[in-house]
Amino acid sequence: MKQSITLGKVTKFMGLGFLSTLKALFTGKLEKEDFIKFLRKIVVPLASILLFIGLWHLGAKTLYDREANFKIEKALEDQGPEAAEVMRACIASGDLSCQPNTLPAPAQVWESYKSLLRDHNIISADKAAFKEKTAALNAKRISEGRAPIVYTGRPSFIDQIVMSLKTVFAGFLLALVIAIPIGILIGLSPTLKSAFNWFIQIFKPVSPVVWYLLVFMIVKTVLIDSTEDSSFVISFISVGLCSMWATLVNTAMGVSSVDKDYINVAKVLKLGPFQKVFKVILPSSLPLIFTGLKITLSVAWMVLIAIELLAQSPGLGLFVWEEFQNGANDSNSKIIVAMFVIGIIGFLLDRLMLTIQNTVSFNKNEGL
Amino acid sequence: MNTVLKNRSLLDISDNGLFPPSNVMLDLKHLKKVYPTPKGDYVVLEDLNLQIMKEEFVTIIGHSGCGKTTMLSMIAGLNKISGGNISVLGSHIKGPGPDRGVIFQAPSLMPWMTSLQNVLLGVNQVFPHATKAQRNDIAKYYLQKVGLEDAFHKKASDLSQGMQQRVGIARAFAIKPKVLLLDEPFGMLDSLTRGELQDTLIEIWNKEKITAVMITHDVDEAIFLADRVVMMTSGPKAKIGDILEIDFQRPRTRKTVLEHDDYYKYRKHLIDFLEH
Repeated sequence: MKQSITLGKVTKFMGLGFLSTLKALFTGKLEKEDFIKFLRKIVVPLASILLFIGLWHLGAKTLYDREANFKIEKALEDQGPEAAEVMRACIASGDLSCQPNTLPAPAQVWESYKSLLRDHNIISADKAAFKEKTAALNAKRISEGRAPIVYTGRPSFIDQIVMSLKTVFAGFLLALVIAIPIGILIGLSPTLKSAFNWFIQIFKPVSPVVWYLLVFMIVKTVLIDSTEDSSFVISFISVGLCSMWATLVNTAMGVSSVDKDYINVAKVLKLGPFQKVFKVILPSSLPLIFTGLKITLSVAWMVLIAIELLAQSPGLGLFVWEEFQNGANDSNSKIIVAMFVIGIIGFLLDRLMLTIQNTVSFNKNEGL
Repeated sequence: MNTVLKNRSLLDISDNGLFPPSNVMLDLKHLKKVYPTPKGDYVVLEDLNLQIMKEEFVTIIGHSGCGKTTMLSMIAGLNKISGGNISVLGSHIKGPGPDRGVIFQAPSLMPWMTSLQNVLLGVNQVFPHATKAQRNDIAKYYLQKVGLEDAFHKKASDLSQGMQQRVGIARAFAIKPKVLLLDEPFGMLDSLTRGELQDTLIEIWNKEKITAVMITHDVDEAIFLADRVVMMTSGPKAKIGDILEIDFQRPRTRKTVLEHDDYYKYRKHLIDFLEH
């Protein structure tokens, strides 16, 4: 009866089954029949990634040349052939002051990624030094009942990722806390459903920007006395309100469409309302609730960027916006780095939800 | 049981309302079921009268769509009564309740629970004052009776159809209902499994003697299990067409039933009714 937990099972459970194929390849256990499967699962995606990078490189090069030619011609028109020659030489030398500003090539993006990591290490070291320096002073300040001195330097890229994750989880939890109970109530009672339906239908399609503005209006007034920075509060509430609708609708649908047989069993056994909800209705609607939660989390992550940007709340969204405003030479490639980071984190969040779903739900892998 | 049968044989059993009231477990009087449709009312059952005795096993047979299931779910309290009444031990039923256990056509187990949890769901409800250990014992006892002593902690979704229906039987018996209602419980099973489950059912029923009403399509099943086979006329406005008394000794085995001289007589009677 006891099931052993193997790497293969765990990865398959998380929807990362291709990892076990990879393992089989390295341990030499791959059967001949599996070879085609291996090709399809590993080689084809790798090839398409390489193709993608190649096309990107070519595209970026074309755009670069176009921008460079434009710059040289402009110099020729405005200042004559000498200036054009200077410009050509400047561009060829790789001088940062005259580089064409366009879509960065993959290599540039990789460089930016490494420089962001270096930057993070420097800032971390800085922070640690600051902490060490102020440790004694802060201990004294705390004992005197005063607020400790905190590090106010620029956050690194990694710090901003962490901030974004915090915001998205706070927003997600808010969505969960609001949407699931209301969804259950609406699903259980047709009366409540018709009472709330117009509300859902009208507010569901509202854009994140408008939600942000609404939350801003309210939170600004509520926190009028507070000296704290309210941008985090505003952004996580906005994220929660934008993203909760999928969970609300799915929960209501799951609860109202429980298999009639289960309801009949509950009726025959005369289960009380509490037992009926927790032993029959909720477990049987879990798969749909989780489908909703998965959509909610991915929507939350998607709108987060826009909302952080508007709220000036530290995080990846603000990072992207600041880099765009900054217009430095490597800004464009940093934006692309952020794009990949956002995408990969979004993917990992989705897998995380799938793993949780498979753990608690009785319908294995239905959500794939 | 034998005394009941003897008492009964003194009376004319083909008519309703002639049993001594103290022996009647389930009483259907002038039962009517109407479904409103855009084209006017559709009368499924009309003026249906049936009395079922204590410790009696009745099977109901009839063509598909004649209203057998409607009647059974009305007895269970899951379907509203349009006219007439149903009483259990003399008192009218009001909605569903654990005094009438139901074994559904689909096993209807909660797939996220183990077989033990599924049985306990009912047991906890019916014996709220028993200790946890006692309730566990009751659930385990009935699971053993249906041959699932090795599957207490298996998820219902991991069991075969036949095993799931065994849990369904255990769940129904474990709440010690006054009446057991079975809606074609073996209809979805292959014939081998069906035979096994009939044996299991009749074995546990022989011990408990819970008044049972079972719908079936299967003539042999109807004869093998029943004290009386109730034949329903085809709908609309279905009612009781005929009642056949099965006079085999209990406990029965399939072999003795099949070898009994009257078996083919009963079988012919039922088939003649169904073919008209």
